[in-house]
Amino acid sequence: MAIGLSHYLTVGAILFTLGTLGIFLNRKNVIIILMSIELILLSVNINLVSFSAFLNDIVGQIYALLVLTVAAAEAAIGLAILVVFYRNSGSIAVEDINTMKG
Amino acid sequence: MYQAIVFLPLVGFLIAGAISLIGARARHPGGMMEGGHGHDDAHHHAPAISGGAVIHHDHHEHDDHGPQEPAAWGSRPAEIVTTSLLMVSAALSWVALFYVAFQGHDTRVPLMTWIAAGDLKVEWALRIDIMTAVMFVVVNSVSALVHLYSIGYMNEEPYRPRFFAYLSLFTFAMLMLVTADNLVQLFFGWEGVGLASYLLIGFWYQKPEACAAAIKAFVVNRVGDFGFALGIFAVFAMTGAVGFETVFASAKSLVGQHIMLFGHAYDALTVICLLLFMGAMGKSAQFLLHTWLPDAMEGPTPVSALIHAATMVTAGVFMVARLSPLFELSPTALTVVTVVGAITAFFAATVGLVQNDIKRVVAYSTCSQLGYMFVAMGVGAYSVGMFHLFTHAAFKALLFLGSGSVIHAMHHEQDMRNMGGLRKKIPFTYWMMVIGTLALTGFPFTAGFYSKDAIIEAAAAGHTSAGDFAFWMTVIAAGLTSFYSWRLIFLTFHGETRADRHTYEHAHESPLVMLVPLAFLAAGALVLGFAFKGVFTHAHDVAEFFRTSLFSASGNKILEEMHHIPMWAVYIPTAMMALGFVVAWWFYIANPSLPKGLADANPILYKFLLNKWYFDELYDFIFVRPAKWLGRFFWKKGDGWLIDGFGPDGVSARVLDVTRRTVLLQTGYLYHYAFVMLIGVAALITWFLVKGATG
Repeated sequence: MAIGLSHYLTVGAILFTLGTLGIFLNRKNVIIILMSIELILLSVNINLVSFSAFLNDIVGQIYALLVLTVAAAEAAIGLAILVVFYRNSGSIAVEDINTMKG
Repeated sequence: MYQAIVFLPLVGFLIAGAISLIGARARHPGGMMEGGHGHDDAHHHAPAISGGAVIHHDHHEHDDHGPQEPAAWGSRPAEIVTTSLLMVSAALSWVALFYVAFQGHDTRVPLMTWIAAGDLKVEWALRIDIMTAVMFVVVNSVSALVHLYSIGYMNEEPYRPRFFAYLSLFTFAMLMLVTADNLVQLFFGWEGVGLASYLLIGFWYQKPEACAAAIKAFVVNRVGDFGFALGIFAVFAMTGAVGFETVFASAKSLVGQHIMLFGHAYDALTVICLLLFMGAMGKSAQFLLHTWLPDAMEGPTPVSALIHAATMVTAGVFMVARLSPLFELSPTALTVVTVVGAITAFFAATVGLVQNDIKRVVAYSTCSQLGYMFVAMGVGAYSVGMFHLFTHAAFKALLFLGSGSVIHAMHHEQDMRNMGGLRKKIPFTYWMMVIGTLALTGFPFTAGFYSKDAIIEAAAAGHTSAGDFAFWMTVIAAGLTSFYSWRLIFLTFHGETRADRHTYEHAHESPLVMLVPLAFLAAGALVLGFAFKGVFTHAHDVAEFFRTSLFSASGNKILEEMHHIPMWAVYIPTAMMALGFVVAWWFYIANPSLPKGLADANPILYKFLLNKWYFDELYDFIFVRPAKWLGRFFWKKGDGWLIDGFGPDGVSARVLDVTRRTVLLQTGYLYHYAFVMLIGVAALITWFLVKGATG
C-alpha cells in the first residue's frame, strides 16, 4: 500500500481533532491546553509539509518553519504566563480560572 | 373716581402683600422665599405635626387662634394702610351711588383692550350703572367695616399683613366682578373672589379642618364654574361676542334658536341661562352646591362676614340680575331659578334649626337668604332680589361680626351649648345681635321686613306653580328663620350660663374698634330697608332708579302685581316671624327641657337635620368615593400595571430577563469559549461547503 496524500492528511486531521478535544475536554491543567495547541499547530504543519511535497512547492515548507517558530515562541510565553499566574493564584486548574464569568 | 374705587383696594393689597413678604424674609434670613409661609409653619410646628392627635386637640382649644408668635413685622402699618384705603373707597362708593342714582350718570370707563384674537374681542372696561353702584356700596362699605373690625379681632394673630392683603385682594376681585363689562371680565372677578375665598378660608393653614374646608370650597365652586364657563362659551358661540351690550342687543334674536347637543336640539337661551345659573349656584351656595358654605366657617370670623355672608356669595345673585336680559327671555330657566332658590331657602332653614356652632347657624341662615334672593330673581322681580342682597349684606355682616364679638369674648368658644347668660357680660354685642336678628327675621320697619317680605309678596304674585311653591317655601322658611335666629340669641345670651366659670367670668366686651363697625351695620340694618324700599320695590321708582341696568320683558308686571296680593299673604310672613319667636321663647326660655325631649322623641328627624340632610355623606358616596376609586384604579391599574408594566418598566424588565439568560453563556471557562469557537468554525465551513456545492 502506497502512502499517499490522504494518509498524511488523515494523520493531520486526527492530530487536529485530538488537539481540539484536548482543549475543551480537559478540566485539570492549563499546561495540557498548551500542549493541545501545540498539537493543533503540528497538525497544520503536517498538512503544509505534505501539500508542499506533493505539489512541489517549497513555500509550504517555509511556512511550516514559520509556524514552528511561532509555536516555540508561543509555548515560551504561555509557560511564562502560567508561572506568573500560578504565583498569583496558587492554582493552574482550568476549573479555577473563571474570572471572566458574567 | 371710579378707577380710584376699584384700584385702591388693589393698591392696599400690593402694599400689605409686600410688607408680608418682607416680614417672611425677616423671619427666615437667607432662607428660600419660595417656601413662603408653609415653609415657616413646618419649622415652628415640627414637634406638633409628629402627632396628629396632638395638633387636632390643640387647635380645638384655641379655635380662632394662630400659633402664639410675635406679630409679623409691619403689622400695624399694613392694617392702617389697607383699612384707610378701603375707607376712602367706601366713601367714594356712596358718592358714586348718589351720583349715578340721582344724576343718571351711567358711564363706561374703558381701561384697555384685554384680548383681541380673531372674532373674540375682550375689552377691559368698568361698567358703571346703578347695579354697579349698589354693589360698590355693599362691597366697599362692608369691606371697610370688616377691615376695621379685623384690626381688633385679629389682634393676637401673628400674620396680620397677610390677612389684610388677602382681604384687600378679595375686595379688588369683587369690584372687578361687579364692574365687569363683559362675561370674560365677570369670570375674571368670579375666579378672583374664589381664589381670595380659598386663601382666607385656609388662612389658618395649620388647622387640617381649615385646609380641608378651603379645598372643598374651591372644588365645589369649580363645579359651578364649569357650567359658568360653558355658558360663556355658548353665549360666544351663539352671538359671537362677550360684551354685555352686544350680547343683550342680540338676546332677542336668540329666542327660538336652538343649540345642538349630543344630537338633540335644545332651546339656546334656556341652555345658556341654565349653564350660567350653574355658576351662580356654586358661588351663591344654592341647593346641591351649598356644601362648601358651612364648612367655610373654618376661616376667621371677619372673613365669614365679608365673603361668606355679604359679598362673594351674592355674586350669583348679582350675575343673574346683571344678565336679566337673557334670563327674562327664558321662562324655563327662571322656573329653575325659582325652584332652586325656594328649596335652598327651606332646606338651609331646616338645617339651621339644630346646629350648635354659632357661626354655622348664621352660615345656614345666609344660605337660606340667598335662596330668597334667587326666588325673587326667578319670579322676575330682579330689583327686589337686589334689595334683599343690599339689606342682607348689612344685617348678615352684623350678625357675623356680632358672633365674632361673642367668640372673642368667650375666648374662641363657638359652641352655643357652652354659652348662655352673656347678656350682662357683653350688653353692647347683645343689643347689636338683637338688632341683626330683628332685621333678619323681618320685624316691622327693619331692613328685612321690607326686603324679605317683598320677596315673599313677589313670589305670591308670581301666579305660576313655581311661584306658589316658592311662596309657601319662603313663608315656612320665614318661620324657621325666626325660630333659629331667636334660638341663637336665647342660647347665647339668655338663661343660666353653661360656660365654665373661668371663661364666663373673663368674658369681656370687645374693644371699640370692633364695636364701631357693629354700630354702623346695626344702623344700616335698621334704616336701609325703609330708606331704599321705594327705589327697589315700587314699579315706577324702580324703572327710574335702575333704568336700563335691569331688564324686564314687556309682560313682566310683577312689581305692580306684588302690591295687589291678598291681605293674608301680606301679613303671613310677619305672623310666621312672631310664631317663630314665640316657639323659640317657649323652647329655650320658658321650658328649656323641651328641645331635648323633642329631639329624643324624633331621633331620626333630629339626626337628619343635624347631619344637614346627609348631603356630605351622600356626596361622599356618590362623587368622592367613586372619584377616589377611579383615581386609584388609574393609578394602580392604568399607570402601574398597564403603562409601567408594558412601558418603561416592562421593557427594562424584559431586557433584564434576556441578559440574565445571556450571562449564563459567559461561564468564564476557557474550554467553553473554545467549544463555541469550534462550533462556529465548523458551522461556517459547513455553510461555505454547502453553498459552494450548490452555488
